[in-house]
Amino acid sequence: MMVLLLSACNEQAPVAAPSAADSEPVRGDTFIEASIGEPNNLLPVLASDSASSAINSHVYNGLVRYDKNYILEGALAESWEISEDNLSITFHLRKGVKWHDGAPFTSADVMFTYKLYIDPEVPTSYAEDYRQVVEATAPDPYTFKVTYAQPYAPALESWGLAIHPLHLLEGKDITKSPLIRKPIGTGPYRFVKWDAGERVVLEANADYFEGEPYLRRVIYRVIPDQSTQFLELQSGGLDFMGLTPIQYQTQTDTPVFTRNFNKYKYLGFGYTYLGYNLEKELFRDKRVRQAIAYAIDKQEIIDGVLLGLGEIATGPYKPDHWVCNKQVKRYSYDPEKAKQLLAAAGWSDSDDDQVLDRNGKPFAFTIVTNQGNDLRAKTAEIIQRRLRDVGIAVKIRVVEWATFLKEFIFTGNFDATILGWTGGPEPDQYNIWHSSKTAPRELNFIKYNNPEVDQLLEKGRRIFDRGERKKIYDRFQDILADEQPYTFLYVGYSLPAVAKRFRGIEVAPAGIRHNFIKWWVPRGEQKYDR
Amino acid sequence: MLKYIGKRLLMMIPMLIGITLISFMVIHLAPGEPTDLQTDLNPDASPELREKLRSQYGLDQPLHAQYLDWVSRIATLDFGESFALDRRPVIDKIAERLPVTIAINLLSILAILGVSVPIGIIAAVRQNSLFDRGSTIFVFIGFAMPSFWLALLLMDYLGVRLGLFPIAGLRSFGYEYMSTGRQFLDLLHHLILPVFVSAFGGLAGFSRYMRANMLEVVRQDFILTARAKGLSERTVILKHALRNALLPVITILGLSIPGLIGGSVIFETIFAIPGMGKLFYDGVMMRDYPLIMGVLVIGAVLTLVGNLVADISYALADPRIRNE
Repeated sequence: MMVLLLSACNEQAPVAAPSAADSEPVRGDTFIEASIGEPNNLLPVLASDSASSAINSHVYNGLVRYDKNYILEGALAESWEISEDNLSITFHLRKGVKWHDGAPFTSADVMFTYKLYIDPEVPTSYAEDYRQVVEATAPDPYTFKVTYAQPYAPALESWGLAIHPLHLLEGKDITKSPLIRKPIGTGPYRFVKWDAGERVVLEANADYFEGEPYLRRVIYRVIPDQSTQFLELQSGGLDFMGLTPIQYQTQTDTPVFTRNFNKYKYLGFGYTYLGYNLEKELFRDKRVRQAIAYAIDKQEIIDGVLLGLGEIATGPYKPDHWVCNKQVKRYSYDPEKAKQLLAAAGWSDSDDDQVLDRNGKPFAFTIVTNQGNDLRAKTAEIIQRRLRDVGIAVKIRVVEWATFLKEFIFTGNFDATILGWTGGPEPDQYNIWHSSKTAPRELNFIKYNNPEVDQLLEKGRRIFDRGERKKIYDRFQDILADEQPYTFLYVGYSLPAVAKRFRGIEVAPAGIRHNFIKWWVPRGEQKYDR
Repeated sequence: MLKYIGKRLLMMIPMLIGITLISFMVIHLAPGEPTDLQTDLNPDASPELREKLRSQYGLDQPLHAQYLDWVSRIATLDFGESFALDRRPVIDKIAERLPVTIAINLLSILAILGVSVPIGIIAAVRQNSLFDRGSTIFVFIGFAMPSFWLALLLMDYLGVRLGLFPIAGLRSFGYEYMSTGRQFLDLLHHLILPVFVSAFGGLAGFSRYMRANMLEVVRQDFILTARAKGLSERTVILKHALRNALLPVITILGLSIPGLIGGSVIFETIFAIPGMGKLFYDGVMMRDYPLIMGVLVIGAVLTLVGNLVADISYALADPRIRNE
């Protein structure tokens, strides 16, 4: 499995080979990156926006975290044991860890955090995983044990959530805590200041339990416009930015850019799909959905929309994920096969108007997608054209996000939609595919219902063994590929650019940020002396 | 005069109530609620959480109750807490952003006046001259050019290629270590491009307006009299004509006060300037009702005050208005 994981990242631009003089990491310098939005709330239990999460990931730690190959390793927990019956986990915490204000970290903090997440008064969207716990105990300052009613595979991962300081939050109204604007954690960087609308400044935590980070300071600048970010990157005001496909392919080949920046490329966790409303008569027949899958040229979409910077999606997992089933049924572009399947399902062009019909009704539907994501609208146009070739008339509607959800998705008032999901390393897909999740506002809004899939999803989250889990999710992916409730379209690449002076960057399946505290800049290239 | 002002002030109250009522209804008509950002398409958000958040924000109350609650608080100048996750008082958020926006807009109004008044005068005095035609073309280019495009162009050439100006933000890295004088210069350096962009689009309107006023004034009898008395052309234009031509400009200035707040979204976004326009835009996107209402109320008050100031200065300048 490891081979498979690593083979996916062989296209990376290598970091400049260090010369003898600068092969020894030194401290200093500042890393500046941009945030498209202003962070909202730096208390992790309440935060839900990506800008806040990015900053919190430097300031706070969980008990566990994913390593560069997406295998869980200890963070605040040194080790853990899972009981034979898979019902309880005992964490052994690191000793000598300190909060940024100097107070010692103990199991009482973990216990407090657990209670905080399940407290009905705390408006958090992260409670679900912790509600599965039936008993939590802290027998001594460095041991924490949780027990579940039945084995729950996402449990271990769930303890990667930020641990909060008991001594600063106990007995206080959490929604009014000063920590919302001035976080205090155990992480590699401590909070310095937040200039509203402008920047958040963090500095290296000299007492960090894994050693002081080499980069002395991290600054997040709020730059709400992507073009401005790109100009700012080129002028040296930023050291890091996620590029768009067009920037990556056509605007970064200048000598100035290649002299100053390294570009990287690896698969992201998000995938884009065409989902069918399965309650509509039109899409009830599996052959129709398969026909559409054959009629769409996915590589054409990737080339046209992502400028080639993506891979074909065959299911809900990105192709280099350990759980991804490489053997699922694939639908290569084959309009003839599409026409045959449609004919078999009873669709023919009886009135010679180039649009298929059945019982006097033409095969026509509308794809609805949200405004603000150009890639989706363009994808819809390419699909529209390809489906016209096989005799299906498609209309496109692009709607503002809130309206899109309220008027179309949650009410089931749509034929088909182009949307995307961003997951993570945990393969559980219960919320998206289980038939119990079809109520309004729930995620199975296409109303997919397959008893075998339900059973697989229930089983998958009860098994810890990776090999066993893979068998379950392989079958789950086989069914999805065959039934095509979604036509999975593409998985895009993450395309970060980093200033060349930073050394120690290591590309892995988890991206490049996993060893951030080991990044450094040779003395002679350091740009900021304070 | 006092009676006139008093009457005008009293008239502002029903107008303000009307404005807030309509604003309140319109923002609640838009689909979506502030809680949606946290709960929509989020697998971890339970229905209980959604209800909890709604009741926390008071969204479970009927609309009229929400409005009355808001009005009763605003009457004591309590703008409430933002619905954003940071839950900070709306007034703090506005106070943080208002000075920047006002500073930029004042600078750009000064720049507009400084450039468009002379352009207008010269163009009127030398009507149909090369300067008149040239300036017409120039100001209309400014009028037609989308400001975001101009901004990106300037950032690319003057910022990235020539390195003359900072591209985004208000302050340099290490601003806090600078002396006060350097800090001032640093701020100024960062403001040049945004002020230029925001002023450039306004030049057309003002200079054309100035030109038209001037043309009208110089045709009037008192100018003829002044010339007949043998005054120099310079005195005639700058002393007698200009003063009268500037009068209507006061009205326009008064009317442009509310624009100080709303019109800044584009260049504040592009130049990453933490101002009111961006704050308001984000508030709308997040359905942050108290923030939206706070900004709208301040905008409405400024508009009404702006109108009042314009009317008063008009009345001061022209007795005919006072007496009506």
